[in-house]
Amino acid sequence: MELAKVIGTVVASVKHESLIGVRLLVVQPQDAAGDPVGEPMIAADALQAGPGDVVSWVTGREAALALPVTFSPVDCSVVSIVDHAWRDRSHL
Amino acid sequence: MILCRVIGNAVSTVKHECYEEMSVMVVQPVAADTHTPLGREFLAVDSVQAGVGDLVLAAREGNTARQILGTDNDPFHSVILGIVDDVRTESDNA
Repeated sequence: MELAKVIGTVVASVKHESLIGVRLLVVQPQDAAGDPVGEPMIAADALQAGPGDVVSWVTGREAALALPVTFSPVDCSVVSIVDHAWRDRSHL
Repeated sequence: MILCRVIGNAVSTVKHECYEEMSVMVVQPVAADTHTPLGREFLAVDSVQAGVGDLVLAAREGNTARQILGTDNDPFHSVILGIVDDVRTESDNA
């Protein structure tokens, strides 16, 4: 599970039937300080997150478990909209 | 399983129902010396009441997380499963 910022949405009119009604978001992974890490990717959304929101996402088999149809071809999905995340690296 | 240091947490109001009453921590994987960071920090569900600053064992794999959190069909991916007291390696004896 990691943090990301929603930076856009994806519209696909032709898609696997299990994804009908599922929103797709463009998310930029980030760390708890808000700095981007890695490349943007597409995540399925079960929570009505929108551009600008900080979210947490999961990958793998768990991603589909977050959706209404749990046997769907999805490898990344949003599981929470994060109000506040912080870190203090002085603990390292 | 990976050795991590808890360095923060994340709070959400809108979330998948399985995350209700779960605490989500920010953890940084560390080397066996317990302080050298290895790779990117990530979020993990806390199953052991760990606190910020604790050295913990974490698993980053969904089946493990679901077994520990006792659910079959919930989208858990990473979990804190132990608080580490001490790590000893061969270099400690040198």
